Amino acid sequence: MTQLPPASDKKLGLVIDLDICVGCHACVISCKGWNTENYGAPLSDMDAYGENPVGSFLNRVHSFEIELEDGPAQNVHFPKSCLHCETAPCVTVCPTGASYKRAEDGIVLVNEEACIGCGLCAWACPYGAREMDQAEGVMKKCTLCVDRIYNENLAAEDQIPACVRSCPTGARHFGDFGDPNSAVSQLVAEREAVDLMPEQGTKPVNKYLLPRIKDRWLDQPEAGDVLPVVAEEPEGFLKWLDKALEKL
Amino acid sequence: MAEPLLNLSPRPSDEVRQTTCYMCACRCGINVHLKKGKPVYIEGNRDHPVNQGVLCAKGSAGIMQVLAPSRLQQPLKRVGPRGSGEFEPVSWEEALQLATGWLAPLHRENPEKLAFFTGRDQSQSFTSYWAQAFGTPNYAAHGGFCSVNMAAGGIYTMGGAFWEFGQPDWDNTKLFMLFGVAEDHDSNPIKMGIGKLKARGARIIGVNPVRSGYNAVADDWIGITPGTDGLLILALVHCLMAAGKIDLDYLSRWTNAPLLLNDDPGSPDYGLFLRDAEGNKLVIDKNTGKPARWDAKGVRPDLNGQLQRDGLTHRTVMARMAAKYLDPAYAPEQVAERCGLQPGQIRKLAADLARTAFDEAIEIQQSWTDFRGETHEVMVGRPVSFHAMRGISAHANGFQTCRALHLLQILLGAVEVPGGFRFKPPYPKPVSAHPKPHCKVTPGAPLDGPHLGYVEGPDDLCLKEDGSPARIDKAYSWENPMSAHGLMHMVISNAYAGDPYPVDVLFLYMANMSWNSSMNSGGVMEMLTATNADGSYVIPKIIYSDAYSSEMVAYADLILPDTTYLERHDCISLLDRPISEADAAADAIRWPVIEPDRDVRGFQSVLCDLGARLGLQGFVKEDGSQKYADYADYITHHERRPGIGPLAGWRGKKGEKSGRGEVNETQLQTYIDNGSFFTAHIPQEALYFKPWNKAYQDWAVETGLYDAPQFYLFDLWSEPLRRFQLAAEGHGTRQPPDHLRARIKAQLDPLPLWYAPQEETADYPYHALTQRPMAMYHSWGTQNAWLRQIHGINPLYLPEQIWQEKGFAEGDWAEVTSPHGSITVPVARMAGLNSKTVWTWNAIGKRKGAWALDEKAPEASKGFLLNHLIHELLPPKGDGLRWANSDPVTGQAAWFDLRVAIEKTEPPAESQPHFPPQKSPVGRGPQTVRQQSGPDQQSPQKKAGER
Repeated sequence: MTQLPPASDKKLGLVIDLDICVGCHACVISCKGWNTENYGAPLSDMDAYGENPVGSFLNRVHSFEIELEDGPAQNVHFPKSCLHCETAPCVTVCPTGASYKRAEDGIVLVNEEACIGCGLCAWACPYGAREMDQAEGVMKKCTLCVDRIYNENLAAEDQIPACVRSCPTGARHFGDFGDPNSAVSQLVAEREAVDLMPEQGTKPVNKYLLPRIKDRWLDQPEAGDVLPVVAEEPEGFLKWLDKALEKL
Repeated sequence: MAEPLLNLSPRPSDEVRQTTCYMCACRCGINVHLKKGKPVYIEGNRDHPVNQGVLCAKGSAGIMQVLAPSRLQQPLKRVGPRGSGEFEPVSWEEALQLATGWLAPLHRENPEKLAFFTGRDQSQSFTSYWAQAFGTPNYAAHGGFCSVNMAAGGIYTMGGAFWEFGQPDWDNTKLFMLFGVAEDHDSNPIKMGIGKLKARGARIIGVNPVRSGYNAVADDWIGITPGTDGLLILALVHCLMAAGKIDLDYLSRWTNAPLLLNDDPGSPDYGLFLRDAEGNKLVIDKNTGKPARWDAKGVRPDLNGQLQRDGLTHRTVMARMAAKYLDPAYAPEQVAERCGLQPGQIRKLAADLARTAFDEAIEIQQSWTDFRGETHEVMVGRPVSFHAMRGISAHANGFQTCRALHLLQILLGAVEVPGGFRFKPPYPKPVSAHPKPHCKVTPGAPLDGPHLGYVEGPDDLCLKEDGSPARIDKAYSWENPMSAHGLMHMVISNAYAGDPYPVDVLFLYMANMSWNSSMNSGGVMEMLTATNADGSYVIPKIIYSDAYSSEMVAYADLILPDTTYLERHDCISLLDRPISEADAAADAIRWPVIEPDRDVRGFQSVLCDLGARLGLQGFVKEDGSQKYADYADYITHHERRPGIGPLAGWRGKKGEKSGRGEVNETQLQTYIDNGSFFTAHIPQEALYFKPWNKAYQDWAVETGLYDAPQFYLFDLWSEPLRRFQLAAEGHGTRQPPDHLRARIKAQLDPLPLWYAPQEETADYPYHALTQRPMAMYHSWGTQNAWLRQIHGINPLYLPEQIWQEKGFAEGDWAEVTSPHGSITVPVARMAGLNSKTVWTWNAIGKRKGAWALDEKAPEASKGFLLNHLIHELLPPKGDGLRWANSDPVTGQAAWFDLRVAIEKTEPPAESQPHFPPQKSPVGRGPQTVRQQSGPDQQSPQKKAGER
């Protein structure tokens, strides 16, 4: 079994705005592209053009419909990747030390060289955020683009995860949750971001901003919601028009 | 255990090449990362005006498109029967000789016997130029089956439309209303805009029968009944007018609301504008009470002016609008049920629009001068904006619905003002600044002008001397007089029927007409393979160019394989459909960031070659030799007018000029050096009120968008529509056939109106819609290995009411029938759905054998198309006539007028109808895709933990 390092001051992660996410999958595919070419073995696609294509993805968008008693159903697009938990059960369960949490910044990674593909970490993860690569036989997971965020070959503005860089609506924010003054920490405070499944005790670093309240317009119209009428028929309207034009 | 050492700074690539995406029609800037000359990663270009660095799923999946196993490998000549997919490879020389042999006699003798239609073409100013040189009137691209109602409705109303023509003022709008399916037009900018609105807490209202996509994040969702958007909009117009909540100052200055109309029903000019001797339209000047030219200096047009002249009464457009829209028929109480809404909701919506537009008006401290010479100290804005696209367009009432939406925008004073809707150069552009359509055929010579344009009355229709349609698609005929984009969806059907005449060669580019791009796909396959008594094909010869093994390939006699988008030159031109933003004119190029590894050629370069072989004017030099070696040569050297070419940037001999200037031999390289795009920023004073703003018009002339200022008024009353009505009422020499008179009188109304898009029928109680998912919308090419894992199946989504009523359970299948046919498909339940509406993802279903997919792929076994339920013709009316399933104004394909019945059924082995497999010209894709460039950048075994 593997030990977690002492809690780091720096806690890198993502805050994802579910009020904005339109479910376009841009983050899913930019992640797939970067991480196929970079960290570790390529993300394979088995039976890629066949009956049952199964590929490795480090980030997926799930769409849920929420049915309400007092309003129309709502759709929530829910992007999900590793939450880089502070008490990551996927690390402590690992028999070889392959699954580890970086002492410096809290990113949870898999050392593919040491991974035996036993799959225990995927079982231990309550979020289903790990996927076994079917071709390589090693466990794959979000690296928070550890090979981008410190990458001296990238411009400073590009030293962010691929998913954050590509997101067209700006629903994904990357930063240090250990720093209360960071932009992400402030966003978390302002919008009262939530942990995913806090009862699991995993203390996820990644946070979610909840959708704002919707469909308020369906409330019964109040007095101010109906425009006062100046004319019901054309002649009256044209008389009003003449008067109104004089005032212009 | 110590943490492994990581290489935290791997080199992402050897080289980055910047070009333009072509995974959909959005045309974002992309950085293509190459290692050893091979593309390994694609990301958005941060400097690009369209996407500013972001990139959608399609764009990032471009790698899989470029590596797709379905890429065609070499020219192919059909050897088996049509539809079988049996081909033999031929050389380009043989292929081009064959094509020349088929086309040369047509050019010499009967140019109209070539029908050349180009699908999702992004080079229409070039392909149309080629078709014009060939001399055939039969050319168009795919707008007729996409969103021509939106484009034409916008241009005929306000000289521009949504998407390529304009955009919401994302930085200033406070209320954004989105009608119908619009997930792609355009893809990233709308998402970026929604992000901006959300960040500011601006309100988004979605009007869509289906709560998916952008409607999922809308603050308020209006699950409207399909085809009734226009009714809702005109009810809002009714409420706003009755409340006097309209922008009178705006209407009097910038629209034709104060123009005087002939108001005498007995006059042959009834409903036409009063003009002075020089043809200038007239208003009553509020200053003098006398008639004056609309554009005269200092004139204050009176919205309620009246004038008796020559014994005739003249009243304003505004008076006609009052009569029409205050009619109780448009009251919320009258329309709500039909729309699937409550009357109070419509009234509340009207109040919200009025409050935002007028009580929350904004001002930008920027002076500007209008065409009447008046200088305005500030720019007053109405922060209400709208967007719509195919959802409201693809109905038989779509044109008028689009016009109604623009009427609403204009009544609120929310077009070309801060916070409202803004045009993108070369728009705004009035109808009169567009070409008229041309159809005069001269054997051996070019057509007499551009094919497509904007008609202003019956005189501009494309008719033969006997009154029959001049074009194979019947565009610009009485059946659809204002068909600005042609009717690609009618070409095969009409060619098969010989109505209005047969053709000899059907030449198609990038259009999957035997599958998801046609209505009645099964019928189209039969038409493409139908034979005469002597065994010859009814449509004698078919040439097709595509980069991929689409379903259409099997139906062609000759395949000219195109390149992928990373292997080609293109220009996204201001002469065509540019990438401008509201603050800047912009154009862009593609260039071969990689070379093809197959024997394929860019289609436009092939046309340069073919044009020369045919001796087409403009494609040969004086000595008869080939004028343009390839498309890049054309892009650099072609001049449409002196100094105006396909690209506006870096013109002049040294690249020192923008917009207008001589040919620059190094122009393409300069584009490449500058990220493959060019922008020309609009001056501050010219950023809003563009149709009336002297500073903007002067800038547009300087930039070469047009040759003289084009001031105009918004056409709330459309005189071109009225001219067609007058003809239907019996006026004028060019008369419609009698069977169309009633329809033209009723539906080509000069003021926007609503009519039911199809007849109500108890037998088919439900509406059936399709949309493309965001991760695939407008994306053609292959079935992408990554994207198909996101959207590889497409159940028919049913609302709770149908689900319960018919007793469906998870995993069930349904038989879905329309007046035209039946399909049997898997179903799924969805709550966020209009109770009378079902829908599915479009174009997921594939035919076995196409796209290099395994025949067992879910797309080919469970996937399905609604197209089989939609006929290109309406059900026969017993009059022997072929009535197109199209908008009567523009001919837009009425995809979304489909009505169906649904019954639970036993699951078949596969979705029905089922078609036999096509033989694949490219084989099957590989079992495993595992693309990684190899050892040069990281450790040899790609192991983490090594530096």
